[in-house]
Amino acid sequence: MKRPRGPLFLARRSYRLRRMMDAARMLPAVGMFLFFLPILWRPADTPQPDTARGWIFLFMAWAVLIALALVLARFLVRAEEEEARLSSGDPLATDQMRD
Amino acid sequence: MTGKVLLIEDEPHIAEAIRYVLDRDGWQVVTHGEGADAMRVLRRERPDAVILDLMLPGRSGHDILAEIRADPELHGLPVLILSAMGQAQERARAHQAGASGFVAKPFGNDEIVRALREVAAR
Amino acid sequence: MVPFNILVAVCLVYVGFLFLIAFAAERRAARGRVGWLRSPLVYTLSLSIYCTAWTFYGAVGYAARSGLEFLTIYLGPTLVMVGWWLVLRKLVRIGRRQRVTSIADLISSRFGKSNLLGVLVTVICVVAATPYIALQLQSVTLSFGVFASDAPEGWALPNQSATALWVAAGLALFTILFGTRNLDANERHHGVVIAIAVEAVVKLVALVAVGIFVVWGIAGGWQGVVETINSSAIAEWQLQPGRWIGLTCVSAAAILTLPRMFQVMVVENADERHLATASWAFPLYLLLMSVFVVPIAAVGLTTLPAGSNPDLFVLTLPLAQGQGQLAMLAFLGGFSSATSMVIVASIALATMVSNHIVVPLWLSIRQRTAKGRATGDVRGMVLMARRLSIGGVLALGYSYYHLSGGSAALASIGLIAFLGAAQILPAMLGGIFWRGATGAGAAMGLIVGFIVWIYTLYLPSFGEDGLISHDLMQLGPWGIAWLRPHALFGIEGLDPVLHTLFWSLSLNAISFVCGSLFTFPSPIERMQGVAFVNVFDTDADTRGWSRGGAEAEDLLIMAQGILGADEAQAFFQAEAEAQGKAGLLPDTTPEFIDRLERRLAGAVGAATAHAMIAQFAEGAVVSAQDLMAVASEAQQIMEYSIQLEAKSEELARTARQLQEANDKLRDLSVQKDAFLSQISHELRTPMTSIRAFSEILMDPELPPGMQQKYAEIIHDETIRLTRLLDDLLDLSVLENRKVQLNIKVANLHDLIEKAVRAASSTQPQRSFTLHRDPPAEHIPVITDTDRLLQVFINLISNARKYCDAERPELTISARKRGGRIIVDFIDNGSGIPKEARRLIFEKFSRLTDNNQAGGAGLGLAICREIMANLGGSITYLPGQGGAAFRVSLPVRPPKEIIERAKTS
Repeated sequence: MKRPRGPLFLARRSYRLRRMMDAARMLPAVGMFLFFLPILWRPADTPQPDTARGWIFLFMAWAVLIALALVLARFLVRAEEEEARLSSGDPLATDQMRD
Repeated sequence: MTGKVLLIEDEPHIAEAIRYVLDRDGWQVVTHGEGADAMRVLRRERPDAVILDLMLPGRSGHDILAEIRADPELHGLPVLILSAMGQAQERARAHQAGASGFVAKPFGNDEIVRALREVAAR
Repeated sequence: MVPFNILVAVCLVYVGFLFLIAFAAERRAARGRVGWLRSPLVYTLSLSIYCTAWTFYGAVGYAARSGLEFLTIYLGPTLVMVGWWLVLRKLVRIGRRQRVTSIADLISSRFGKSNLLGVLVTVICVVAATPYIALQLQSVTLSFGVFASDAPEGWALPNQSATALWVAAGLALFTILFGTRNLDANERHHGVVIAIAVEAVVKLVALVAVGIFVVWGIAGGWQGVVETINSSAIAEWQLQPGRWIGLTCVSAAAILTLPRMFQVMVVENADERHLATASWAFPLYLLLMSVFVVPIAAVGLTTLPAGSNPDLFVLTLPLAQGQGQLAMLAFLGGFSSATSMVIVASIALATMVSNHIVVPLWLSIRQRTAKGRATGDVRGMVLMARRLSIGGVLALGYSYYHLSGGSAALASIGLIAFLGAAQILPAMLGGIFWRGATGAGAAMGLIVGFIVWIYTLYLPSFGEDGLISHDLMQLGPWGIAWLRPHALFGIEGLDPVLHTLFWSLSLNAISFVCGSLFTFPSPIERMQGVAFVNVFDTDADTRGWSRGGAEAEDLLIMAQGILGADEAQAFFQAEAEAQGKAGLLPDTTPEFIDRLERRLAGAVGAATAHAMIAQFAEGAVVSAQDLMAVASEAQQIMEYSIQLEAKSEELARTARQLQEANDKLRDLSVQKDAFLSQISHELRTPMTSIRAFSEILMDPELPPGMQQKYAEIIHDETIRLTRLLDDLLDLSVLENRKVQLNIKVANLHDLIEKAVRAASSTQPQRSFTLHRDPPAEHIPVITDTDRLLQVFINLISNARKYCDAERPELTISARKRGGRIIVDFIDNGSGIPKEARRLIFEKFSRLTDNNQAGGAGLGLAICREIMANLGGSITYLPGQGGAAFRVSLPVRPPKEIIERAKTS
């Protein structure tokens, strides 16, 4: 039986969506890793006091995390709207959604 | 012959007109304006004849007629029915229920006098 | 230098400005133009109440004392926000689906609508928040003090305590005004949210402005700042891994469980997608709020004289540099932080106190005394309870401040409050992720955590020999060493906050889990568990009610008491329409009762709404059928039965519609026969009198005095006959929609006035009390005013004729709602019996056989046709305590009616 092309495309698309959701779930873990890194690094144990560097590092990490969250949030909102639109029209598409 | 007649009619103007006409004909007229209490008045007044309107507040004329006919003391009482429904079927229904006479509204004054005399004479 | 008077004036102007903004927002929302009031930006800014005065002033002090550790307070929330997909999204979805009103309501609702849990959570929150509110009052007072002590003119604050009292009273007033204006079913406060969004901007701008001044105005750019940091005491800071991780976790927990955060994040959320924006925008806000903290602290430590309070560097640095206006801006920023926190916290706490403590108490007292169902005006009572609670919460905060004398112990209160609120976390997370969590487990966890927290951190925070004696701290109660508050089970040397964090949360979680494993949940609990944990899977809602004996009319009366008449009537009407029924009374299906309960829960909380409905839905609350649905969790069976149910419901609805149509048809045919004989009767009756009396008049023996009287009777009966014929013709023209309309503009007030005057000739001997609200009646109407007047006169005359109360009263209320003008006529008689309501608008349907009342029973039929011709309607309003009619017509007449008026 010939498979229609449409669902294949949709499946790939929704596969990406699933992985983006996974990424969104993992983001706090990434944040924790970044924020807890200074513990290993022990800024005050180094001969030169470099609290300033720790300060800069934390803010950089923070900014990176915000940027990641921004990208993911944009993607997820748009993808969710699309999914809602597609799944209402095409039952095959929703079947493929379950990974 | 004349005597005492009980008029059961809820429209005050119609009752007043009938009372005037029968009065002139020598009847003693007692009026009553609704249906629920009509039987009690009837038993108290003991009239020689009854003029009964069919559409009454409280209790319908049909009910009252049926009770009169079922009562061993009253079942022979002459009852003249007044009705705003003039159709033949209404007339037949009244007779079947035991009405002694039937007058449709609007009526001529002579008509009601004649009908009452006729009914009372029977 | 800023003179104190100007400072006070600026404060007052600022507060006035906030009043205006909040007021404008409320007005806008009331007109239905919510728009940008509920944008993602406003949502994000409203979350900023996380940054209180503690963070505005205290963060710099914290940084000066413990280096970068202050950042943990911001990093924790950042982790929660960027992880929105995991927890927050689910919380918000549950909050919206279940119409949750507070965090106490969430916990109570999840665990079987248990009021015990609601009370527990409320108590924890109030205890934890009281010192925190005191801290805000203190910070405002202190910042006033900064200006006072530096003033060269030598003015001083008259009395610190008095200042705090004024601030507390002002905040209570603001909160009561905008937090309890209405009992919204969604518990949303547009005015308050906009005001705190503005305050969020003010505090960010203030802190950033001070930061920019410090970095580029004093330290000489970033390079200088880095050097200053590394040469200041902050460089000596040692990162303590335990505190670093622990505090991050505590603040992450706090943003989820602090009542005020729950209020803005979940309860006030208008759109789930706003969360996506806030997930990065709020961390960005936090970053901006904290980026200048370390520079300010470092510069303050190196430039200001030793011994100055680092908590106030934000104010004292600009002041020391002669930047009075910048200091003023910083002052406003701190003021904003304190006020917005207090406002939202007191709203959230007041909602909890009134919904979980005051209302249930009131209900149980009423039930015991009156033995009746609580139906009266619950609304007014709830609002009053809220207002009193707000006053109470602020009074508690003030008295704490007053008693503690603004001691330094307050400084650590922020973290203590965070830890207190965090006790709710296990129950919350367990509740939304674990279906096995039970109410008993949650209660045990909460109680254990709360006690450990109070004992090891809260009470000792009042200082040595404060509430806990020195001996007890050192030796333990009754000399039992392993029960010492700061060394439970003999673990010594831990930081007190970490010690409490560890013991309270672990014992809390263990009790919660064990309690849940060893207790069995009630059916409602299990159903709520599914509704919460599987909130994304189930579109169909779980059902809580089996068919009870509830009467729709009783429910309507109760709902009117809580939601207000308009709101409740609209809800009932929509429900009835969805069932395919006309009128205001839907069938009391389980689905309907369920939706009603959720609607009520939005106003008074889940537990109370459940209890109120239970008064009416008598018998078993949960049927055997529902129990089976819970017991058999095989998904397929459930899905299948849901489909079947949907189909059978569809069938039932169609059948109901058919039945109604059939009834109507049968009634119509019976009516048609009745109509003809009625016409015959109504025409013959006056004709009989006319004929009889005209014959009498021909009688030559008629006494002359009687002639006049009988002629008058004939005259009256002729008029009666003419009126009847007129009415019949009018009705027939109206029914065929051929009536000539004469559209004019009039003031509704004038029309009602005229109608009242015209109707006063009906039964003039009866004294009648009229209740009206003349100012509300001034509404312009564009319609055939003569026809509308005819309807009003008819309704008022009817009330005069048929109202059977001993002291008859008629209430006429008019208002404009959703493009329609609505006028209600409600009398205090015994009303119209249910069976008769369907027929009163039909021709000749006189309720009493009382001919003396005059008229042939065409009045209401004509009214109905007139209103239909005007594009409006007239309906009977059930549940108003008397006969009640609602006239409703469009503000502007529909197009076809205008066209008809033109052509005719």
